[in-house]
Amino acid sequence: MAFLDDAFTKRLWGSVLNSVKRLLIEWFPAILMFIGVLVIWQLAVSTLGIREYLLPSPGSVVDAMLSSEIPWGKHILVTGTAILGAFLIAAVGGILLGTLTAWSNMVGRALMPFLVFVNTLPKVAVAPLFLLWFGYGIFPNMLIGALIGFFPVVINTAVGLSQIDDEMLDLGRVFNAPKWKVFAKIRIPNAYPYILSALKVTATAAVVGAIVGEFVASQSGLGYVIITSQSSLNTPLAFGALVWISILGLALYGAVAALSRVLAPWAEGQEN
Amino acid sequence: MKNIIELDQVGMVYETGSGSVEALRDIRLTVREGEFISLVGPSGCGKSTLLRVTAGLRPMTSGSVVVDGVSVTKPIQKVGMVFQSAVLLKWRSILDNVLLPAELAGLNPRKYRDRARELLELVGLGDFTRKSPNELSGGMQQRAALCRALLLDPPLLLMDEPFGALDAMTRDDMNLELLRVWGETGGQEGRKTILFVTHSIPEAVFLADRVVVMSPRPGRIAEIVDVGLPRPRSMETRATPEFGQYTLDIYDTLTGGQAKSDETPRQAIA
Repeated sequence: MAFLDDAFTKRLWGSVLNSVKRLLIEWFPAILMFIGVLVIWQLAVSTLGIREYLLPSPGSVVDAMLSSEIPWGKHILVTGTAILGAFLIAAVGGILLGTLTAWSNMVGRALMPFLVFVNTLPKVAVAPLFLLWFGYGIFPNMLIGALIGFFPVVINTAVGLSQIDDEMLDLGRVFNAPKWKVFAKIRIPNAYPYILSALKVTATAAVVGAIVGEFVASQSGLGYVIITSQSSLNTPLAFGALVWISILGLALYGAVAALSRVLAPWAEGQEN
Repeated sequence: MKNIIELDQVGMVYETGSGSVEALRDIRLTVREGEFISLVGPSGCGKSTLLRVTAGLRPMTSGSVVVDGVSVTKPIQKVGMVFQSAVLLKWRSILDNVLLPAELAGLNPRKYRDRARELLELVGLGDFTRKSPNELSGGMQQRAALCRALLLDPPLLLMDEPFGALDAMTRDDMNLELLRVWGETGGQEGRKTILFVTHSIPEAVFLADRVVVMSPRPGRIAEIVDVGLPRPRSMETRATPEFGQYTLDIYDTLTGGQAKSDETPRQAIA
């Protein structure tokens, strides 16, 4: 093609190769680490003759993960729903409570000690109560995850909303802007980086909560798979469920990180 | 020309953990419409506080402030403010930042888009309307902040050390730019009234019709200097002996006469 002259194609290829190279360099240490662990694991199992119920080889874990004997799809859906629900309840509830705290000093003073008290409760110990109140199912597991994950969101939202230049608030004062407008247009977007970094913590807390709930009582879900694998000494199955859990956790974390790049691109790179 | 600002015996005392601080005492100042006033003085002399009291952003504790015939008790919407840092909102484009005052004042921002573009064009940012603030240099950010202050066409512009954080060359450019924009928006008749706070004596003299010299603890007006330098002013203005004399006189007032080298009365050069 005429417009694709030689120099242009060369430049295009150059930039493509450059970004591939950059990606490789950036990810190389992580990939090497993973491969290294897998190789050592496989070698240890085969040379030391470790029995499968103690430590299964990577190969048998993958086999278990893809085995058609286990309804993986159903378990993943159940646990995934619990994780997502826990995350959303914690995020929405935490942002609302944090905003209320920053909105009014009075509310903040009333609410904070109570929230701190709730946060000091060992959430795992509360799990049986939730089952008593709400019965078996996904909902109590969501609540446990939400309970573990919401506190950092409240704190970070409240702190983010009050960490603001006085001059930025003067912008609102000059025009007699109503309080809600200053919150909507200035304070809340300004707090995005704080809120999003708390949501990253919450993403992992939601996973913990959902699995704890399934440990305590459940009839499906990846936590249930781990519990049942114990009784039959099917360790490859337990490993397989673990890997599926971490894949779900990574997906949620990745989604929050992507949201953070879209909503608060100016804060990217500051925390690294 | 009618008076737009009348400050009468304005005083301000605020409480801190270790007692009360008198930030302003007995400030009397009358500003005519279209005047360019510089406020100069050392740190802690209350010049920024005076600016905020005039805008109704901080309450005074005694005296009275009247702007455009109305007694100021709460923020008046007749001012545009420019701060030392540009305080642009990082999540908005330059254009949307300039439109912020319309949104905050409850007006329809769509109706101000054309004006915002014209203002950005006027300060040479016509090609940067879609950019994000951190893609712009410090000087460009401050130009955008100036556009934001001018969006609703306020009669009064309050500038709190707007160029204090810029390097010397950019600062000189911005001084010329400000005088140009001041002259071009509103024309000879409807020029805006500007209160301009600065640390720099040369900057104060170069820009202003009158320089208000303040002294600290408590903040008082030490002297008001009429600057008789002809307009339009340019970089050559700074090379004239008159400019140097004004600068030196103000320096003398601020330091208590230590720098006085000769006794030339000001009348001789005015």
